Amino acid sequence: MTLIGQRIPKIDAPEKAAGKTRYVHDIDLPGQLHAAILRSARVHARLVRIDATRARALPGVHAVITAADVPDQRPIGVAKDHLPLKRDRVRSTRDEIAAVAAESEAIAREALALIEVEYEDLPVLTDAVAALEPGAPLVHPPIAGSKAGAPVGVAGKSDNIAMRFDYGHGDVAQGEADSDVVVEDTFALHYVTHCCMGVSGVIAEFDAKGNLLLYSNTQVPFLHKREFAEYLGMDPGRVRIIQPPIGGGFGSKLDIYPFEVIAVFLARATGRPVKLVFTREEEFLASPTRQPVHLTLRSGCTKDGRLTFRSVRTIHDNGAYTSWGATTPFVMMQTFSSLYRVPHCDYHTVAVYTHNPYAGSFRGYGNLQATFAIEQHMDQMAEAIGMDPLEFRLKNAQEVGEVTGQGMVFRSCGFKECLTLAAERSGYTAKRRAYAADREHDRDARFKRGIGIAAMLHVGGGAKIYPSDGCGTILKLDDFGHVTLITGASEIGQGSETVLAQLVCEELGLPISAVTVVNNDTDITPWDVGVHASRTTFIAGNSALGAARKAKAKILAAAAPRFDAQADDLDLSGGCVVRKGSGERLTDLPRLLRSLHFNDRAELVMTTFYYEPPSVHQDKGYKGDVSAAYAWAAQVVEVEVDTATGIVRMLQVTGAHDVGRVLNRLGLEGQIEGGIVMGQGYALTENLDVVDGRIRNPNFRDYKLVTAPEIPAMDISFIETMDGEGPQGAKGVGEAPAICIAAATANAIANATGVRITSLPFTPERVYRALRGALPPTQPVPLAALPEKAAA
Amino acid sequence: MSLEIEIGFTLNGVARRAKVPVGMSALTMLREVCGLTGTKYGCGEGECGACTIRVDGKTLASCLMFAADCDGRAIVTIEGMAGDPRGQALQRAFVEHGAVQCGFCTPGMVMQAAELLARDAHPDAAAAKRAIEGNLCRCTGYQKIVDGICAAAQALDKEHAR
Repeated sequence: MTLIGQRIPKIDAPEKAAGKTRYVHDIDLPGQLHAAILRSARVHARLVRIDATRARALPGVHAVITAADVPDQRPIGVAKDHLPLKRDRVRSTRDEIAAVAAESEAIAREALALIEVEYEDLPVLTDAVAALEPGAPLVHPPIAGSKAGAPVGVAGKSDNIAMRFDYGHGDVAQGEADSDVVVEDTFALHYVTHCCMGVSGVIAEFDAKGNLLLYSNTQVPFLHKREFAEYLGMDPGRVRIIQPPIGGGFGSKLDIYPFEVIAVFLARATGRPVKLVFTREEEFLASPTRQPVHLTLRSGCTKDGRLTFRSVRTIHDNGAYTSWGATTPFVMMQTFSSLYRVPHCDYHTVAVYTHNPYAGSFRGYGNLQATFAIEQHMDQMAEAIGMDPLEFRLKNAQEVGEVTGQGMVFRSCGFKECLTLAAERSGYTAKRRAYAADREHDRDARFKRGIGIAAMLHVGGGAKIYPSDGCGTILKLDDFGHVTLITGASEIGQGSETVLAQLVCEELGLPISAVTVVNNDTDITPWDVGVHASRTTFIAGNSALGAARKAKAKILAAAAPRFDAQADDLDLSGGCVVRKGSGERLTDLPRLLRSLHFNDRAELVMTTFYYEPPSVHQDKGYKGDVSAAYAWAAQVVEVEVDTATGIVRMLQVTGAHDVGRVLNRLGLEGQIEGGIVMGQGYALTENLDVVDGRIRNPNFRDYKLVTAPEIPAMDISFIETMDGEGPQGAKGVGEAPAICIAAATANAIANATGVRITSLPFTPERVYRALRGALPPTQPVPLAALPEKAAA
Repeated sequence: MSLEIEIGFTLNGVARRAKVPVGMSALTMLREVCGLTGTKYGCGEGECGACTIRVDGKTLASCLMFAADCDGRAIVTIEGMAGDPRGQALQRAFVEHGAVQCGFCTPGMVMQAAELLARDAHPDAAAAKRAIEGNLCRCTGYQKIVDGICAAAQALDKEHAR
């Protein structure tokens, strides 16, 4: 029996359901101290004086550190633009000013309250457009006397532009000339945050030889190892990272954050293990957000429904420091350029420093924002030319073999099948017409139903961003036929270790119980770039498969002469070496392994494999086939709008996903359902309320996650396109299900009410106002405010 | 801060005493004094349900309860579910039905669901959803947790029928 496509429970689930799993919060080391961080009380201010005398004198306090105590600090982050402990100036309310290590968390927090800080307020800049204007205050003003070429954190910057991207293919002016219909709209996407159920935490310890051990929640242990070494001026070989099970990731743990470096500073200062765990409020205040986006989209098509061009301008509020949020245009431009066949496309964007919270990477990585705009425009254009939105999409949808303007090559592509199946199973076409008719017949009905479709494209075979997009595996078979699968790929709850175990067992003809997965210690596991870009099943899966195939070849080669057979005629099945075809059992695997081990030419079956996908780095114009495979999906959302209150209920989501091949049906459904509900939160309930640089709702009372009674009915189908490069044909799918929901909901609300809302979230207040024409329109991205090159 | 009180209570069926600061929460006591880390800190404000325990047969958020108020009570935590037929059925069903991803909300979900099954041996999906509406999960989208709860109820039924 094959394991592929079965419903395999997660290997780590029994322990988690029993409450026995030890997350970082649950680990205590002998002699451990507890740390807490003092953050800025102001949005933007000069630090005039910090006095920690009273805090240092509190019994139980081992160390209080400020920037002055760590003169060797180096700037951290994607743009190396901030110090873990801020010096001279704070630029946002999350800014770290001082930190305490004490006998207990309670003492550490008590000590924080005793630190006196004198601020001198400076002008606050919380509008990204205003931050681009000439004469705007600078978030990182140039520092006199710094070396040329030094990073922003050392040298400052003469403008507020953190990052910019300029993309184009074809000739947009030509595309516009070819158009019968041109639509332009501006979209505003809000702040949301990951809300991992397990708050951020770390334990840092130096051993007697000065080696650093970190118990970390990171999703990128090997990148972390190298960066920590750089920040601390250490040899990376002396940094070891252990990842205890992680209480949720979703992209939030792809960057190094100040709290982690601060814990290391405190461990160094005290010579003791130091544990630092956030409170939930701190998690809201000091975690990254999804990138907020201000987006103007201009699209065109012909009367007969061919897309002619697409032109996009976005401004991204970068916050005070640069994390991965600033790089989301990498992914956004894939949707602009390549979700549909569009002959002419350009995209110009800047990420702008302000004093707001900073944005990181979050499941979907800009694609929810891009899809929100693109998929509303697809409906709007279809309407403008009087074509059914499904037919319009099918007419422009990518197919197998397509090479897009951005250079992506679609070797497997179930896009049209996704659209057709999601539409069929939801009754999209008939319902859309019926709901539109209802809307016209009974304009005063309080409750109105609507249905909307949206589709997405996302990387499904890794993303070649770093020098390598690979993953290593070490496979060890013991004398009893038990397998230890040592992989660089981290488990963050998504079920990677179960899928990897399945792939290995399938190859070796063993039950899933025959595998132990080791995946959480950089001193043991081989290199992996990290859990991001929906890549683990594909990349780590191919790596595990490669190692298993080598092991199988070795076993069969050893068995063949003993049974007077060719290795090609043998197979592994049910824990035995068997003859292919007849299935005759020749020997059980443990016996064979022992006979290899305990003889004159003693040998163990241990293999290694490093998988590097056949993708390429993009060129300077962001063109290139960056992923080894691409995932597709279409989702249909059905809603009921209470026009009297503005409340939108999500009734049903019908999703069709091109996943390449189903490996673990149970795990796959779980990823899709979880993504749908995360998308529902983005669309309807979640809103990190940032006013004048301050987060107004840092708690679950006021930041509304979707709760169980609110979830829609979910109907999920899988399209198996059997990707030629994917492990057993599979493609990555982790981010995909969250991407379309907000866009499809917008289209459903428009179908229900005739009103199109271009800003999120669809809270009752926003919808109520929109239905009454009282929602202030979102101002277009001011092209003049974009710097010359970008505006050209 | 330093004022302490000595209390006596039953923890997962075993009588015990503990000396706790008067301001300490039951959650902190369970985790740091009793060493039972299955009960999770998710928010500290009674909004997420990760710290759900059973006190005298009723579930509540242990982050909002003072440790001192455990005096004289019968406390059951996720660790105590190992000896509880409903807890066992739920844990098995959660595993089989994919209700566990990162697992951080899972102990609280199991505690809440066990209380539901004690009240209602045959909950439908709507009842299961209502029962866990105070328990947040960021990974699963809840559907598989609801499936797990309903499946556990059915499994318990079958056991009774035997």
